Amino acid sequence: MPSHQTAATAMNNGEIILEARELRKSYRRGGGVFSNEAEGPRFTAVDDVSLEVQRGETFAVVGESGCGKTTLARMLLRLIEPDSGGLRFEGRDLLGLSGAKLRAERRQMQMVFQDPFASLDPRMRVGEIVGEPLAIHHPELSRTEKQERTAAMLQRVGLAADALKRYPHEFSGGQRQRIGIARALILRPKLVVADEPVSALDVSVGAQVLLLLQELQSEFGLTYIFISHSLPVVAQVATRIAVMRAGKFAEVGISQQVLHQPAHAYTRELLAAVPALPSQ
Amino acid sequence: MTSLLDVSGLTVELPTPAGWVRPVNEVSLRIDAGESLGLVGESGSGKTMLALALMGLLPPGARVKGEALLGKNANEVEEVKEVKEKSAREPGVALGKNLFALNEREWRAVRGGEIAMVFQEPMTSLNPVMRIGAQIEEAIRAHESGLAAGDVKRRAAEALRRAAVPEPEVRAGQFPHQLSGGLRQRAMIAMAMAAGPRLLIADEPTTALDVTVQKQILDLLDRLRGELRLGLLFITHDLGVVAQVADRVAVIYAGRIIEEGPAREVLAAPRHPYTQGLLNASPTLERGKLSPIPGSVPQLTALPPGCAFEPRCSLRRVECTVAVPDLRVVDATHTARCILV
Repeated sequence: MPSHQTAATAMNNGEIILEARELRKSYRRGGGVFSNEAEGPRFTAVDDVSLEVQRGETFAVVGESGCGKTTLARMLLRLIEPDSGGLRFEGRDLLGLSGAKLRAERRQMQMVFQDPFASLDPRMRVGEIVGEPLAIHHPELSRTEKQERTAAMLQRVGLAADALKRYPHEFSGGQRQRIGIARALILRPKLVVADEPVSALDVSVGAQVLLLLQELQSEFGLTYIFISHSLPVVAQVATRIAVMRAGKFAEVGISQQVLHQPAHAYTRELLAAVPALPSQ
Repeated sequence: MTSLLDVSGLTVELPTPAGWVRPVNEVSLRIDAGESLGLVGESGSGKTMLALALMGLLPPGARVKGEALLGKNANEVEEVKEVKEKSAREPGVALGKNLFALNEREWRAVRGGEIAMVFQEPMTSLNPVMRIGAQIEEAIRAHESGLAAGDVKRRAAEALRRAAVPEPEVRAGQFPHQLSGGLRQRAMIAMAMAAGPRLLIADEPTTALDVTVQKQILDLLDRLRGELRLGLLFITHDLGVVAQVADRVAVIYAGRIIEEGPAREVLAAPRHPYTQGLLNASPTLERGKLSPIPGSVPQLTALPPGCAFEPRCSLRRVECTVAVPDLRVVDATHTARCILV
């Protein structure tokens, strides 16, 4: 892909943290449990996508509904198994791993979800939700240590100390997204995949969460893969942007270039459809 | 010229375990024929409750105060007039009457016939087990029981065509799940427009859609507005969308209108700190420092005694905590509820 090459050369000094080679995932269309058809026609959600994410950058994948961006995001964390292709994290092959070795890699890679109402267990206290990854990956920590780390992380994402003992329904959408971020960061991962992290939030609250993500990125040296349908949102955070359509990258490049000198007609179409505000 | 819709002092009260709350508080607004008013607010601001009040669809137990008057048919376009005259509907049952004093029978004539509404997610407002055409025919028959079956069918196909649904006859025979999100929203608009309303309330009609589809729907609403002199109340949280569709903008916060004026003026030179804050928090294609508004929207059960925005406002003064500010005049067409104006 020529545009990919250009983008890669333009940022050639960075160290590659995640590398995907020709990732592919297809699903059977129709069918389902009530169907007697064994094989329906196949639908390719992600069609041989390759990408290289550099340490410390925010690599954004933008596209409309059904373009395959969420499937891609989940394959990058091996939450969905690709049909074919290669995936390397810090040079180590991820696809060949299983069991304890896979769990060890997963500790380095976390996800922030779109819907802060659906992604938090309503019956768990916030302290348990945020502290759970510690309990799983660091069983050696004492109760007090776990609680201290959890409290510190909640405070860092802007929640009051009493949040520990409360339940998710007691919090607003923005606060719940902060809880989700705290849970994702408690193990100090290197890579965070954020799938539409501000789409369900009000404008004023969404801006708070975007700024928080940016602060945490420089503080913890995080690398982000940022999935979104919104070019204006992506414009605020991305170092590079991949525009995805029908399972493929239509264009990949440095953020400013993709936004202001788009090479692909589809990118231009998306940009033209964004409603503009009058200049103040 | 009288307005198409004139709302004054609309207050909606709902019972909660914590006592009565006011999701809509002393709201006054007007919409002229062919005019588009954008109502901007975040979740919990009362914008949807305001729309439901104007449709007579408030939840049971709600108390309504205030007045909403539908204007006379003075400037109705020929096409619509013709449709209405041919039909057997009761003429103008609600004209000049306060909507909030109507009985249920009168409301049924107003809903769809005078004021119609489209919602954010067409999949939840369309009947999943009924063909699109049949749903539109039902909407027509509800207002014109005397029409012959053939005429109803023709009108339904015409409604789909006006909403720019390609192959209207084919689509009429399909079920909602067979349509894409954009087509479903067009079918919703066709159904809303089928009985020839003069005011359309659109509640976040494009929020669930992709941007390229959103643009098509906004263009469609704009065309209907021009062709039919339709009044449009467009509810959204997205200032970019408002800039696209609205002649005038009303910003609502904690149930009250806090700023109102011509869209270009309000968006280019907002006078209320909340409107300014919303603009500064809205991402655009230009990368800039986003400045979020600190805090979150207040709970209706725990509103501050003075200006509802005061706890989040960087410009607050002692006076702001004392009493709710009045809407102050910025110029002849622009008002803002802030003591700094």
